Amino acid sequence: MKRLAKWRLLSIFAILSLILSGCGEPFLSTLRPAGEVAEIQYDLMKLSTLIMVGVIVVVMVIFFIVLFKFRRKDEKIPKQVEGSHKLEIIWTVIPILLLLLLAVPTVSATFKLADVSPMDKKGSDALVINVRSNLYWWEFEYPGQGIVTGQDLVVPTDEKVYFNLISSDVKHSFWVPAVGGKLDTNTENVNKFWLEFDSKKAEEAGDLFYGKCAELCGPSHALMDFKVKTLSRDDFDNWVADMKEVKEPAKAETDLAQQGQDIFNQSCISCHAVTPSNTTPPEARFAPNLTNFGERSRIAGVLDHNEDELKNWLRTPEKYKPGNLMTDKYDPLTEDQLNALTAYLMGLKVQE
Amino acid sequence: MSTYAQKKGFGATIWDYLTTVDHKKIAILYLIAGGLFFVVGGLEAVFIRIQLAVPNNDFVSAGLFNEIITMHGTTMIFLAAMPLVFAFMNAVMPLQIGARDVAFPFVNALGFWLFFFGGVFLNLSWFFDGAPDAGWTSYASLAMASKGHGVDFYVLGLQISGLGTLIGGINFLVTIINMRAPGMTYMRMPLFTWTTFVTSALILFAFPPLTVGLVLMMFDRMFGSNFFVTTMGGNTVIWEHLFWIFGHPEVYILILPAFGIFSEIFPIFSRKRLFGYSSMVFATVLIGFLGFMVWAHHMFTTGLGPVANAIFAVATMAIGVPTGIKIFNWLLTIWGGSVKFTTPMHWALAFIPSFLAGGVTGVMLAAAAADYQYHDTYFVVAHFHYVIVGGVVFAIFAGTHLYWPKMFGTMLSETLGKITFWLFFIGFHMTFFIQHFLGLWGMPRRVFTYLPGQGFETSNLISSIGAAFMSLAVIVLLYNIIMTSVKNVKVGNDPWGDGRTLEWSLPSPPPFYNFKQLPLVRGLDAYWLEKMDGKKGMTPAEPLGDIHMPNSSILPFVIAFGLFVAAFGALFNMDDKAWSVPVLIIGLLITFGAMFLRSVKDDHGFHIHKEELIDDEDKGVKA
Repeated sequence: MKRLAKWRLLSIFAILSLILSGCGEPFLSTLRPAGEVAEIQYDLMKLSTLIMVGVIVVVMVIFFIVLFKFRRKDEKIPKQVEGSHKLEIIWTVIPILLLLLLAVPTVSATFKLADVSPMDKKGSDALVINVRSNLYWWEFEYPGQGIVTGQDLVVPTDEKVYFNLISSDVKHSFWVPAVGGKLDTNTENVNKFWLEFDSKKAEEAGDLFYGKCAELCGPSHALMDFKVKTLSRDDFDNWVADMKEVKEPAKAETDLAQQGQDIFNQSCISCHAVTPSNTTPPEARFAPNLTNFGERSRIAGVLDHNEDELKNWLRTPEKYKPGNLMTDKYDPLTEDQLNALTAYLMGLKVQE
Repeated sequence: MSTYAQKKGFGATIWDYLTTVDHKKIAILYLIAGGLFFVVGGLEAVFIRIQLAVPNNDFVSAGLFNEIITMHGTTMIFLAAMPLVFAFMNAVMPLQIGARDVAFPFVNALGFWLFFFGGVFLNLSWFFDGAPDAGWTSYASLAMASKGHGVDFYVLGLQISGLGTLIGGINFLVTIINMRAPGMTYMRMPLFTWTTFVTSALILFAFPPLTVGLVLMMFDRMFGSNFFVTTMGGNTVIWEHLFWIFGHPEVYILILPAFGIFSEIFPIFSRKRLFGYSSMVFATVLIGFLGFMVWAHHMFTTGLGPVANAIFAVATMAIGVPTGIKIFNWLLTIWGGSVKFTTPMHWALAFIPSFLAGGVTGVMLAAAAADYQYHDTYFVVAHFHYVIVGGVVFAIFAGTHLYWPKMFGTMLSETLGKITFWLFFIGFHMTFFIQHFLGLWGMPRRVFTYLPGQGFETSNLISSIGAAFMSLAVIVLLYNIIMTSVKNVKVGNDPWGDGRTLEWSLPSPPPFYNFKQLPLVRGLDAYWLEKMDGKKGMTPAEPLGDIHMPNSSILPFVIAFGLFVAAFGALFNMDDKAWSVPVLIIGLLITFGAMFLRSVKDDHGFHIHKEELIDDEDKGVKA
């Protein structure tokens, strides 16, 4: 019996996973909502789909009837009908009612998702993150905590996180599909919204959500990915504390890394910061902050996080992200220099 | 194409078409040019699907991909769909209202040549350091940052071709208001004429905002103004508004004539009067009106705030109602009818479920809060291809088969037509249905590639295979057209046997003066009424008399060509090329010189005398 139950359980899981695979990946799909915002939007999708499937069924039934019933069998001229007021009123009024059914939750959800009032309240302890989009990379600044990071957004779960969005160059759009809809990063004004990251769903997604740029922004638009690391509130506080501890650029631990740091200080530091404090004004932050580079999940947002890929990236960034602004900003690196730089960069960690 | 032309020799035929002011020949020009651009845009689509068939593909580079998607969208909307729709409007509308031509034949020709040279100019960008790459929407911040001349080609090319569309629209409006045959009241006009009328009104109001936007961008890019330069106090969101105040009505400019074509096909092949004619007219006008009230639904994620988003969401949903009325009216037209499954009817019937799918996703997109998830994803790509291909392109295919005999006097092969249909229908759904899911699974649109491991692989491959089916369908259609033209079997007035409106009372193709005597219209479906009364043709509304016709003229071609030349000068002036200013001046001199010539030279046209018309009758119509 026990074995049978186990099999049954397994087959249920198999069927479930089959259905879920039709819903996309848990770290990316809007159909696997992992937070309050995505949940509201998913509910709205389900409601509208339901209403629309109803409409489709009605139309298709009539469609197939006329398709099969009224084929030309003889040369008789059918009766010429002008119309029917009764029918016309029916198919005007019923759609209006159906749309009202959809309009009310739509309007209410629209206002709910736009409610960012806790951001502006004095003494509110809501977490606010400033997102700045740049040609093919993302910067995340935590003004309350006084730290800046890039590419990997770190957030606490099960609470509302508020975002200020702006772009430094052309228009982009900030989107974490599994967690909530997108909002554009305009060049002229700050857009605000909130997201909430559900801890259980985050676990299913491996605590790492995929984020995307959703507005065409140039050749590497497709490669302007970022990742969202979800932590419990306590872990998040620890992470913030660890980040804040880095007051000076971290000292390299090996000789090789030391050489790398020397190269870095010569060629890279004018664009890339390695301390998390945000003393430089936003306009002068030309490239991602690398304080915790060793702990990132990807290189340049798209490559696997390992030494080989890092070297590939440093050799020819243009090949991996066409149109990026790093290409040709530094002299070609020798293999020795690459080894040293890689050792240094991979060692940039704030949490051990 | 026609026997009339073949008798004249090749050079003479070309000259004939370059100088023609006859709406039927201009229609053929629109059909050929639009068809050509349709093939170009289709090739671009094929390149897109090849690139996206597998992850991390390098069939085209990232920059080139952006150029291809931009040109695919721009070409298909402005240079393929609109001209093809214009082809049918030109070919059919004057016949449907019982007119001998449009109100301003010269301007009609000018409209075509402006569109044509604008389109050619835009496509020449491929040969001058790159096509535009900021998307067909050309959002200002990216367009301003775009290097090279691509975006300048876009701005100037669309200005020129937009001018052509605008004057074409005005021409149709004047024609329909002033030139209806005796008895042809507004509420007796065929639905296709009604949709042409409303579409023309939309063009009249929608194109000026685009022109304004393009002029601002032209000044920013070429003359150093700062309308869209944020650091100098400019604002890029203004471009989004201007573009979509044009762009949303634009989709109705495309779909309403498509509705018109289907509203002709259903009654013809069901042998039944259009169900609820007056509510169809009302729905058309209402869609046209509401079409101007909803543009910001393209900007739900721009950050306009919940009030604007909520208002535009509800307004957008409201459009679903008149569209629904139309769907039900079409179905009820067939209900109780006697349906013949011809090629046009295949397209019309397939249009209903296909467009319905596009319509319901449209309502889903209108739910602003949910749209934050759909916006700029493949869900939207699927939606608008269902609407534009499932609606407009289906209508163009249907119209091509339906009106081919009226335009060329020959019948396209029904067998090949049905093969085209099935290939395209299957390919279309295969390509685009799956894209709804790609979007929901998190795939943004306009991406030149995607990384493996995100669940996008299989679906993208399926989508690409579908595109191959659609390409095959187009090849079969082209083969069909060639074979039909070679065989050249002429048909009579009413080749489908069940024509209802005035155009089917005329020879195929009609003589160049259309109606020897203007017909008397006694009701809706004027020709059908006469046939039901046992008559062979229309009752004339006037005695046989001289017919006043306009002269042909090369000036429309010259005026448009001058602007084409001037655009090159304006564009390369940015590079401080020494020759650019002279070229600009020469171009403008050509244009204004030709306009001056047109203004001072009296051209009263000519008269076809009564006697010649009687001769025509004896010999049979030769044209």
